Amino acid sequence: MIKFDKLTKYYGDLCAVDHVSFEVKKGEILGLLGPNGAGKTTIYRILTGYLRPTDGNIQVKNFNIYDNLIDIKKLIGYLPEAAPIYHEMLVYDYLEYVADIRNVAPDKKLDHIKELADLCSLNRVMHMTINELSKGFRQRVGIAHALMGNPEILVLDEPTSGLDPNQIVETREIIRRIGKVKTIIFSTHILSEAEATCDRVVVIDEGKIVANDTIEGLKKSQKESSFENVFRNLTRGN
Amino acid sequence: MRNVSNIFRREFKSYFISPIAYIVIAVFLVVTGWLFFPTFFLMRQANLNQFFTLLPVTFAFIIPAVTMRLFSEEINVGSYEMLLTMPVSFKEIIVGKYLAAVAFVSIMLAPTFFYAVSISFIGKMDWGPVLGGFLGALLLGAAFCAIGLLASSLTRNQVIAFIVGLVTCFVLTLLVDYSLYLLPGFLSGLTGFFQYLSASHHFQNIAKGVVDSRDILYFLSVSFVALYGTALIMQEKK
Repeated sequence: MIKFDKLTKYYGDLCAVDHVSFEVKKGEILGLLGPNGAGKTTIYRILTGYLRPTDGNIQVKNFNIYDNLIDIKKLIGYLPEAAPIYHEMLVYDYLEYVADIRNVAPDKKLDHIKELADLCSLNRVMHMTINELSKGFRQRVGIAHALMGNPEILVLDEPTSGLDPNQIVETREIIRRIGKVKTIIFSTHILSEAEATCDRVVVIDEGKIVANDTIEGLKKSQKESSFENVFRNLTRGN
Repeated sequence: MRNVSNIFRREFKSYFISPIAYIVIAVFLVVTGWLFFPTFFLMRQANLNQFFTLLPVTFAFIIPAVTMRLFSEEINVGSYEMLLTMPVSFKEIIVGKYLAAVAFVSIMLAPTFFYAVSISFIGKMDWGPVLGGFLGALLLGAAFCAIGLLASSLTRNQVIAFIVGLVTCFVLTLLVDYSLYLLPGFLSGLTGFFQYLSASHHFQNIAKGVVDSRDILYFLSVSFVALYGTALIMQEKK
């Protein structure tokens, strides 16, 4: 469904992503893991059209990022890290705005917004401005933003970062629920979360892929019983 | 086109959510009224010549304040990432934001039409220059909005965006007057060239009631070049 082909991105002289190639299958939940600064966010930003690669390509279905970027954007719902949303808008107004941009049919718009408000437990804050919300609620608005218009692919950049334990459990539950019907790429620093959620993980370090396997497969190949040790072996923590 | 309208509506609404819109409109009306009416009563002529003479300078101050947040704030807060990764193109984002700023300037300008209406009760008004003046004011406002948008795309700091916009609009406004004094003698042949580049020169032509296609073309060209420059800068940022 998604094919990353020798994706490379330089910021000046710094190589943030170095010839990264991997595939994501339809319906798969893929964990893109790595330490801070490994290049995860850059990969997401290229996939979602925010950045242009220096070299390489990404193919999503039959589209590629050079010729069909808008078509790719239509297929992807993206939650950037920390969900930066217009702080002066009401939650309902914001979701309606996203629904309009994602071309949700006018007669289905209200039901779709209600459905997402239920899924992300946003009902009691729908008429609050976004700057009045706690971090957890903002993150949920961000998830609702990503889910608007039922995109086939979800890209979630550290969706549980900075949340309290209860919010982490709730957000993980939402990801699991939607993961049954969608292709998801997400990153997290909570390795137990990756273990519990991902079908497969791609580990990157300093812009390069250092592992691409199931968690069980990685444990076996690294001869480790804990995924934390596997991660430390594969990245700079070793 | 649909997304231009969505972005336009969001941007236009956001002006009026915060107190900025009301403050800017109030300042504009107070300053223009304060500068216009004392001389109007001294001149004892039923026209708006003095109002339109001062308008380019007032616009050069006010419009960069209207446009400074359009990109700078989004880039600074991070909401630009959310916007750009939705299925919208650069063109739609830029045109939507530009039209919102132009609509705001039109609303800011609208109450000044009552100056003309009220003056027409106390003297015989020649409506040609008045209507030409308002048409010129809209074209001038639109050109300055495009320049302000370009300045806003250059930086994440709104103050810098304001200053860059103000200086550019100011130079275009005062070019014709000061080029006569500042140009060395042997370059005096370039006065006509600077006159053609000057926004206030073209504006004053229209404000005389002579709607010349060259003046209209000038304002449309300035708007187009600035918007095109904005698109290039935003693409370069990728």
